[in-house]
Amino acid sequence: MSPPPLAFTLEAFTNFGFWSGVLTIAGIYAVVALGLQLNVGYTGIVNFGQAGFMAVGGYSMAILVLEAGLSFWLALPAAVLITMAFGMLIGLPSLRLRADYFAIVTLATAEVVRLAAQNARGLTGGNKGLYCEFDGGDQVCFDDAWRSVSDSILGFVENFWADPEALLPLLLVVWLTVAIGIVGLSFVQGTPWGRVLRAIREDEDAARALGKNTLLYKLQSLAISAMLGALAGFFLALFLATIHPDDYEPIVTFFAFGVLILGGLASYKGVAIGAVLLWTLLEGTRFVELPISEEKTAALRFAIVGVALILLMAFRPQGMFGKREEMVLGD
Amino acid sequence: MEASRARAESPSAEFLGELARERPAAVAFGVIALMLLALVAAKGLHDVAQATLNSLTLGTIYALGAVGLTLVYGILRLVNFAHGDFLAFGAYMAYLVNVTWDMPLVAGIVFAMATTALLGLFFERIMWQPMRAKGAGFLQLLLMSIGLAFVIRSAIQWFWGTEIRTLDVNVVDSVTFLGLRIGQTELVVVVVGIAVLVAVGLVVRFSLLGKRMLALSDDLDLAETAGIDTRRVILYTWLFAGALAGLAGVLSGALTNLRPELGFELLLPIFAAVILGGIGNPFGALTAGLVLGVVIEWSTLVVEPRWKVTFGFVALIVALVIRPEGIFGRAKAI
Repeated sequence: MSPPPLAFTLEAFTNFGFWSGVLTIAGIYAVVALGLQLNVGYTGIVNFGQAGFMAVGGYSMAILVLEAGLSFWLALPAAVLITMAFGMLIGLPSLRLRADYFAIVTLATAEVVRLAAQNARGLTGGNKGLYCEFDGGDQVCFDDAWRSVSDSILGFVENFWADPEALLPLLLVVWLTVAIGIVGLSFVQGTPWGRVLRAIREDEDAARALGKNTLLYKLQSLAISAMLGALAGFFLALFLATIHPDDYEPIVTFFAFGVLILGGLASYKGVAIGAVLLWTLLEGTRFVELPISEEKTAALRFAIVGVALILLMAFRPQGMFGKREEMVLGD
Repeated sequence: MEASRARAESPSAEFLGELARERPAAVAFGVIALMLLALVAAKGLHDVAQATLNSLTLGTIYALGAVGLTLVYGILRLVNFAHGDFLAFGAYMAYLVNVTWDMPLVAGIVFAMATTALLGLFFERIMWQPMRAKGAGFLQLLLMSIGLAFVIRSAIQWFWGTEIRTLDVNVVDSVTFLGLRIGQTELVVVVVGIAVLVAVGLVVRFSLLGKRMLALSDDLDLAETAGIDTRRVILYTWLFAGALAGLAGVLSGALTNLRPELGFELLLPIFAAVILGGIGNPFGALTAGLVLGVVIEWSTLVVEPRWKVTFGFVALIVALVIRPEGIFGRAKAI
């Protein structure tokens, strides 16, 4: 299993090019983990399928653009809707199950999505992935429309800042999404709808006894999470300029859980801070000159996340900003 | 499955629905028998028999892995995502003995079983037991086991790298029997695996320790009240689960090859066997592991082999959604 994708080179600690990459990937993980926060932290449903939602979103978008010839700007909302429908389709039979069964079903679903992407070669390009296709001699790539927007943003920025970083537009859009997500989700958390979610987390039977259709609420929570997964899937595809099955392995979901736990359950701003912290920690270790091979460095990065998860769960399960009294880790 | 869909349609279907609830294992085997007949009719006896023979190796590995995982899951309420990496650890321990120290594979198997058993015991003492004492919840333990899986996998990658390694086994010779071919190594894997599975079944069924494990899996508090030394039984459970995981890992490594992600690749099918067999039920896990291997291999007669893993996961999802308590489980509140 390859570590989560990161494709850039480093020169110096102060290299903005390097850190813009780190921040972009951290932002993408923050978007993924915001969905987890809504599900795990506020609704009490243990969703292990975020990587699958990312894959459904990313692949739907690319297939709609490349195969169906849809415009990029139409493909985005269409792919979001497809992913949300997929989330509800999975949730409908499985949300009634016990938490541990639900976790395994969602994880298995994400793997089915990834394996299907790997094997349905005609549609997804299999292990070659998807990026560009030749349409009667013209090369069409799924991110053509984005590239032109990105270039015009860069052209505007050049008025104040000579030679800006090429990643800057994506970085801005990703973190704008994170900010909107935090504000929006924090707002709905205070609405009656959000309070029902909390009630389900605390005691689903009690919520049902009060006449709430808890399955419907849980489905909505899962659908919103799927939407955030789809957005993260788009961003990852634009960041890597390709869509490949290996980028949607379960490890992506596990890392997002790392972000969630580091930031703390039941705290949306914790997700953003946890994401930046985790990726700074992971990528910062690149600057520690260790006399070891690249393979061993990769192993070390994995071990860091593993040890962090173990220690956090053992000694500070509420993470940095979580509230102990709001923490439902299952029983 | 068929029965529950037909339930609303006719009185005889009602009877089938009743049967599916009361005797799910009988219905499952009925469905499998029908599949077998359909496959024989479509593909011929020889091909189906060959696929079934091929499937025994995979089924044996799933079954060995699932027995330990289901006991740990049932007794400790621990969804152990690190179990797959226990298998990988065992495979690399055998590699150490068999290839690095150039000793026979038998020595490697024994060493792998012993070290993996100790690994299980070690983490019980430093992690799981203190966490249970703290009253940790299901998600807390689940995330810790994911952390542990990362740690074990990165340790393997640290020492052995990501390159693909093979054990020193005979991959050329094969045995022909009634027109069916099986590789020599495959034959050894199946024979060793099935022998161990039978032994495990007998131990769990008839030994005092086995009965105590079943009692703990049924109701830990009640078992403790009944005077069982639950701490000791839990330690034995880890030894048992670790040794079987180590063996399954070596057998899997002997059949294919060794790579750090071996464990995670095996984890989900093993979970499928655990759930199909009913959580905490070692006999169920054992049967379900074998059946899952057979059904996955049969699928290659109908669809291209590259889809077979996907097929196994779809089977898991469908089974969980239709009958979460498993085919061999009792209908407890889920």
